[in-house]
Amino acid sequence: MNQKRPIRIVLGKPGLDGHDHGAKVVARALMDAGFEVIYTGLRQTPTSIAKIARDNDADVVALSSMAGSHLEFCRKLKPMLEQSGLGNRLWIIGGNLPRTDHANLRALGFKGVFPSSSRLADIVAFIEANVP
Amino acid sequence: MSDSSKPKPVVNESGIEVQAVYGPADVERTGGYSLIGQPGEYPFTRGIHPLMYRKQPWTMRQYTGFGNAADTNRRFRYLIDNGQTGLNVAFDLPTQCGLDSDDSAAEGEVGRVGMAVDTLHDFEVAFAGIDLDKITVSLTINGAAPQLIAMYLAMAEGRGYDIKKLRGTAQNDILKEFIGRGTWIYPVKPSIRLVGDTIEYCAHHAPKYSPVSVCGYHIRESGADPAQEMAYAFCIARAYADEVIRRGLSIDEFAGRLSFNFNIFGNIFEQVAKFRAGRGLWASIMRDEYHATKPGSMWMRMIAGGGGSGLTLEQPEVNIVRGAYYALISALSGAQTMALCCYDEAYTIPSEYAQRISLRTMQLLVEEMGLTETVDPLAGSWYVETLTNQMRDRIGAIIAETDANGGIVQQIASGEIQARISAQAYRMVRAKESGEFRKIGVNCYRQEGEQYAEVELHPYREADAQAQLTNLNAVRARRDAPRVSRTLAALKTAAVRGENVMPAMLDAVKAYATVGEITRELAQAFGRYQEPVRF
Repeated sequence: MNQKRPIRIVLGKPGLDGHDHGAKVVARALMDAGFEVIYTGLRQTPTSIAKIARDNDADVVALSSMAGSHLEFCRKLKPMLEQSGLGNRLWIIGGNLPRTDHANLRALGFKGVFPSSSRLADIVAFIEANVP
Repeated sequence: MSDSSKPKPVVNESGIEVQAVYGPADVERTGGYSLIGQPGEYPFTRGIHPLMYRKQPWTMRQYTGFGNAADTNRRFRYLIDNGQTGLNVAFDLPTQCGLDSDDSAAEGEVGRVGMAVDTLHDFEVAFAGIDLDKITVSLTINGAAPQLIAMYLAMAEGRGYDIKKLRGTAQNDILKEFIGRGTWIYPVKPSIRLVGDTIEYCAHHAPKYSPVSVCGYHIRESGADPAQEMAYAFCIARAYADEVIRRGLSIDEFAGRLSFNFNIFGNIFEQVAKFRAGRGLWASIMRDEYHATKPGSMWMRMIAGGGGSGLTLEQPEVNIVRGAYYALISALSGAQTMALCCYDEAYTIPSEYAQRISLRTMQLLVEEMGLTETVDPLAGSWYVETLTNQMRDRIGAIIAETDANGGIVQQIASGEIQARISAQAYRMVRAKESGEFRKIGVNCYRQEGEQYAEVELHPYREADAQAQLTNLNAVRARRDAPRVSRTLAALKTAAVRGENVMPAMLDAVKAYATVGEITRELAQAFGRYQEPVRF
């Protein structure tokens, strides 16, 4: 019998951006989909997100960024996640992400990129299909 | 078995059922005309001034700021040259969170979503060449509001303005930052105390300055319905009033300088009724609960602007039309000040082009559409008057419920309000996804696989952030270091002793102490906020 625990997602708010409407909506959608969600709250640094993800043995590391500093943040976060042994987990990001940045985010290892107004069902389906 | 012939009731966002047809009996049934009155007279439902826009159109005040102070000053001048009549300053996130531009947490964020401010020097540059008597300035700052209010007063004084006559506004509504927007710094209680310090200080020293603009706006953006938006804003305004009264001031010494910031999107009539109802209700709260006697203390003065949540990423040019309706609503609602989110704002800091379209939208109402010619033109509509009565009851009921459940401060501190509103936001997103709540370009009138045009993105220039760091270092090098240390120590002492921090704050900013240095001193006295995460 498969006793696997539910997919565990650490959903982080990177940097100083205080717009958490979207992050909280997505958190609820992920919980409704049966995932376990650990929402970090605001003002997280790359270090704090890597630590929370490692301490919780996250299957998925998800970020919500609305204020434009996503590339800088992800560049710093990538090596920290790798050093925390989370290089093989699913990394995704959503928020105000200009189309011109999507390829860069994917190249940094953020396999799922969900710009504002992405459908909640698409995020859930992506996680189910791609979680390691 | 459901009766399929029975039509589904039409219910507005605030939960009020809308009838197909209204008549005089509906107004009578919901409370009559007794709370409507005349413009400029209690309860001010029809407007706070007898002549409203006949005397003076609303102030046009687009939210603006990016890069460093010099960049922002150029955009200010562009808007003023295009007929804008006030300024509304956007600050970058490090400034809003009380950090200096060279703080490690500020890396990559300096000047990104607003103007970077470290010291008084930045204010001197930002407002250079702008006549502060003609152009009033609104500072969209909350956590770091005491510093920035002090900088504004110091800058104006340095330029020879009489602080006793200086007008202007600071947002300075920290309680709503805990609900939405998130630029809190200190725990809830000392945060309220700081708001009290600014109100008390201004009441004595800068009596024309509006130290607080209580925001329903961001509460609505976070998922509140229109009635909750207004009810929670009033609860928050009462919390600040209580804090100041506790210090021995009478309500009439400061209530006249309290102002509000509200949101506009959604049903036109519900919005207009919300504002008319709100004015009447606020006047009665001030008169009957707080025993205000001056009419000015009872005025719900407001900026009412087109809200970002109404706009869409999809088909962005349609946002120009939405903005025009929002401006119309604001004018029909008797706003003192108007601002519109720009059509490209879901993507980026607005371009000059987009800002000019928003400005022209508001100017059209004044110059071509006759919106300034008569006061409260929707008055007497059976629908609008009925809805105004019903909205007043609805807002009042939410206030009573909030009071009965421990009050707004406690419910914010526990995260209860945040959880309720985010649950509503989730239901709304679901309703948009299912198509139950119609949104053009999002769930209807949209072609499958439609690739909407991306707008021109505002460039983030590393060089502007670098220039800010150079400026900061130069100011640090030339300021009187012992004076900085002395004034910061005095500030901390005032904070620890529970004295009003504003006199010491003024001394510190005049010594060119930085936003971050001041925040660190206050945080040593007050601690830092820990966000409750609740679902």
